[in-house]
Amino acid sequence: MQAEKTRATLLKKPLSAAGRTPNLLDYKAECARFDWRKAWALLDGLPGGQGYNIAHEAVDRHAAGPRAERVAIRWLGKAGERQDITYRGLSEAANRFANALYTLGVKPGERVFILMGRLPEFHAAVLGALKARCVVSPLFSAFGPEPIATRIGMGDGRVLVTTADLYRRKVEGVRPKLPGLVHVIVVGGDAPEGAGLYAWDELVEHASASFTIAPTDLEEMALLHFTSGTTGRPKGAIHVHGAVAAHHVTGLYALDLHDDDIFWCTADPGWVTGMSYGIIAPLTNGVTSIVVEAEFDAATWYSVMARERVSVWYTAPTAIRMMMRLGAAAVKDYDLSALRFLASVGEPLNPEAVVWGMEAFGLPFHDNWWQTETGGIMIANFAALPIKPGSMGLPLPGIEAAIVRRRNDGGVDVVDEPLIEGELALKKGWPSMMRGYLNEDERYRKCFSGDWYLTGDLAKRDADGYFWFVGRSDDVIKSAGHLIGPFEVESALMEHPAVAEAAVIGKPDLMVGEVVKAFVELKPGYEPNDDLRKELLGHARKRLGPAVAPKEIDFRANLPKTRSGKIMRRLLKARELGLPEGDISTLESDEK
Amino acid sequence: MNESDIRNLIFDVLSGIAPEADPTKLAGTVDLRAALDLDSMDFLNFVIALSKRISVNIPEADYPKLFTLNGAIAYLAK
Repeated sequence: MQAEKTRATLLKKPLSAAGRTPNLLDYKAECARFDWRKAWALLDGLPGGQGYNIAHEAVDRHAAGPRAERVAIRWLGKAGERQDITYRGLSEAANRFANALYTLGVKPGERVFILMGRLPEFHAAVLGALKARCVVSPLFSAFGPEPIATRIGMGDGRVLVTTADLYRRKVEGVRPKLPGLVHVIVVGGDAPEGAGLYAWDELVEHASASFTIAPTDLEEMALLHFTSGTTGRPKGAIHVHGAVAAHHVTGLYALDLHDDDIFWCTADPGWVTGMSYGIIAPLTNGVTSIVVEAEFDAATWYSVMARERVSVWYTAPTAIRMMMRLGAAAVKDYDLSALRFLASVGEPLNPEAVVWGMEAFGLPFHDNWWQTETGGIMIANFAALPIKPGSMGLPLPGIEAAIVRRRNDGGVDVVDEPLIEGELALKKGWPSMMRGYLNEDERYRKCFSGDWYLTGDLAKRDADGYFWFVGRSDDVIKSAGHLIGPFEVESALMEHPAVAEAAVIGKPDLMVGEVVKAFVELKPGYEPNDDLRKELLGHARKRLGPAVAPKEIDFRANLPKTRSGKIMRRLLKARELGLPEGDISTLESDEK
Repeated sequence: MNESDIRNLIFDVLSGIAPEADPTKLAGTVDLRAALDLDSMDFLNFVIALSKRISVNIPEADYPKLFTLNGAIAYLAK
């Protein structure tokens, strides 16, 4: 089936699809002549040659130039509110936040966490913290108290920006575990009162609107994005201010951003896509971004695109598949004539969905691939090139990708032969490559072999150079484009008094890619029944939140284990899917 | 089914998806997704379970009518 997929015919695009000349017109020539110095030349740098700061490239340089009065963000609130913030306005809002941090005595390098929905203050907090040379770490608002506490604790968060509702529901209860979290800034009304709690409206809105960014080194830590591995706690991937060169160029090449575009990235800023492409890349490219507070609803999305004349749209497979359920006919009620480029990221977009874009919008979706550690888009289907539906596309100019095989001695062999499955690897050295996992050097080093960064994704490359995603090389679960570490889920389940052991897998799902499924072994004296199942589900949701908690729980009298007592998730998954069980020579105690 | 049956059916379905929440205390006009921490998958499962329990097909286009308790009760009563 995989081989069949890779033989798929190229999807030729209608001429009108481009609408204008793509930024990346001659792929081969650009790859041959590309040099990251060229990307730097597209940025300004801090005045007086004092380095590079993401916030300067994103807002200050536009605020000081002809784009000052252009709308940077058009925020559409849940209750129908509409707020335009210009580049000058956003620069000033960020300055106020930077000054507020200074007033609180927050130092450069200290971590500022942000936990809230899609509100305009999110942008101001990110950019203000970057201006103050603090490190920004976004959290997904659908996390429960435990993932939040784990990440703020690991990241040694000094400041948290959140809302009153999220604070009461998810933070207040775990705050005693976070002695290093000194300041909590509450956006919106109804701010709780207490030591270290501040209302944004008082602290930030009254601060000065001018701020000068101090000299910032390219290699200074700017962003901390938590992601998940198979074992242990989440990993905090470190990104530096210099990453902005990659954010900018990938926005230009992979998203084809042009000066007058109205851009909508639907990703939540609590994840890396919402940061790199919801905030940074559209701003450095000087376009207008739409920010929608409401949750997904297909008809609402179409009306936003029609009313706001969205021209470039970056969304995710789960959302596209939900729109497919509603059907292409529903799109016809809306005037989407401004739309000219569609892109998707998060998990491989199935060929049917790529083609459905043609039926519904008259435009195909351009799938692309990257991960938290890469900081920006690495492989993409481009505006000027034919699409291979189901493929990740071709490497960006400046990015060298290969399929490799790990050797026992720690080295890797590059597989040149087409259509051979192996691990996707990237040649080190692009600006948005992670610079470390916070406080975990060993884990970081394990991601590299020689000059290659090993992605943990299995893929193959066809004879035309297009890459095709095959699967993960580990047990990490990918649900709705987000990585979930089984260990984090298992640990929360094990906290329940009835649970002896738990194993968590990703169960394939047509809508979200994989759903989190847990297998639970009970302690003696507990009966597996529906009431207990609900109790465990509720227990997990309360701690982990809906984004991480299992959607399904099954009971087992015994979980399959190796001689050393390690639970074989792989075997549970194979059995769940009715697949061959593979090598079970290490199996000591089988499932019952 | 009368309104109270429908209400109980909705609560029962929700107890299988978000058992930690107490929807009986909710105002009828709030968005269930935000109030009960339902993600898009949870909401989809909610609608699918409802449609199975009453053997009625709920088309995708009608999903927004089920975002609130009052909306869902009115929709299912029809």
